[in-house]
Amino acid sequence: MRDAPPDSLTRLNVVYLARLREAFGVAAEPLQLPEGGSTVAEVLAQLRARGGTWSAELAAGRAVRVAVNQAMATPDTPVRGGDELALLPPITGG
Amino acid sequence: MPVRVQTADFDVSHEIAALRAGDARVGAVASFIGTVRDVNDAAAVSTLTLEHYPGMTEKALEAIVSEARARFDVYDALVVHRVGELAPTDQIVLVVVTGAHREAAFDACRFLMDYLKTRAPFWKKERTPDGTRWVEARASDDEAAARWQAAGAGDTGP
Repeated sequence: MRDAPPDSLTRLNVVYLARLREAFGVAAEPLQLPEGGSTVAEVLAQLRARGGTWSAELAAGRAVRVAVNQAMATPDTPVRGGDELALLPPITGG
Repeated sequence: MPVRVQTADFDVSHEIAALRAGDARVGAVASFIGTVRDVNDAAAVSTLTLEHYPGMTEKALEAIVSEARARFDVYDALVVHRVGELAPTDQIVLVVVTGAHREAAFDACRFLMDYLKTRAPFWKKERTPDGTRWVEARASDDEAAARWQAAGAGDTGP
């Protein structure tokens, strides 16, 4: 039997910014990925399934953008262990 | 292509002098400064707190500056964006562009601000008499950025 891979190889680091960080009460958390990785859409579905604030804030039609490894991503962008996935509310700089 | 995110204030004359130092090709310098207003959406604003996504912010700003330099006939560009707690009349953001002629410098400066507003991960939270609230994104900012997409590469403006 082979050893289980270290956590860093199977866990995604999920980052919540600005209003979403306050709504969820967490700035970042590790999220276990299935073997073989996942996609942005699947991660969002996993978070939405927590219900409550999660399903409300991440409901379809809410203007939440996703960045993977600090680049804007789309629903089909793949994510793997060790990646950083960030949830960004609509930006208001300048 | 200097890009900086900082809590400290900036001095526009110092920044412009540094950007065009010794470059005798420069015949036009365009700049824009965004400042904190004391009212937004009909409420008095006492403080504005800016946060960002460290790492991605710098990459996004560098990408925007690269695109401006590719689209417009300019020599150099500078973006300085402040984060942290600011008060009305404080400076928030500085964009400076140098070029041979004013038209490209003006256009690139406006382009940089329009893209920064919609692509660089900054968020504003304001304190009003009713408490704190996150500033809502404006559709007019999306429209301003979209005009440049419609204009396409090499065009002179919206």
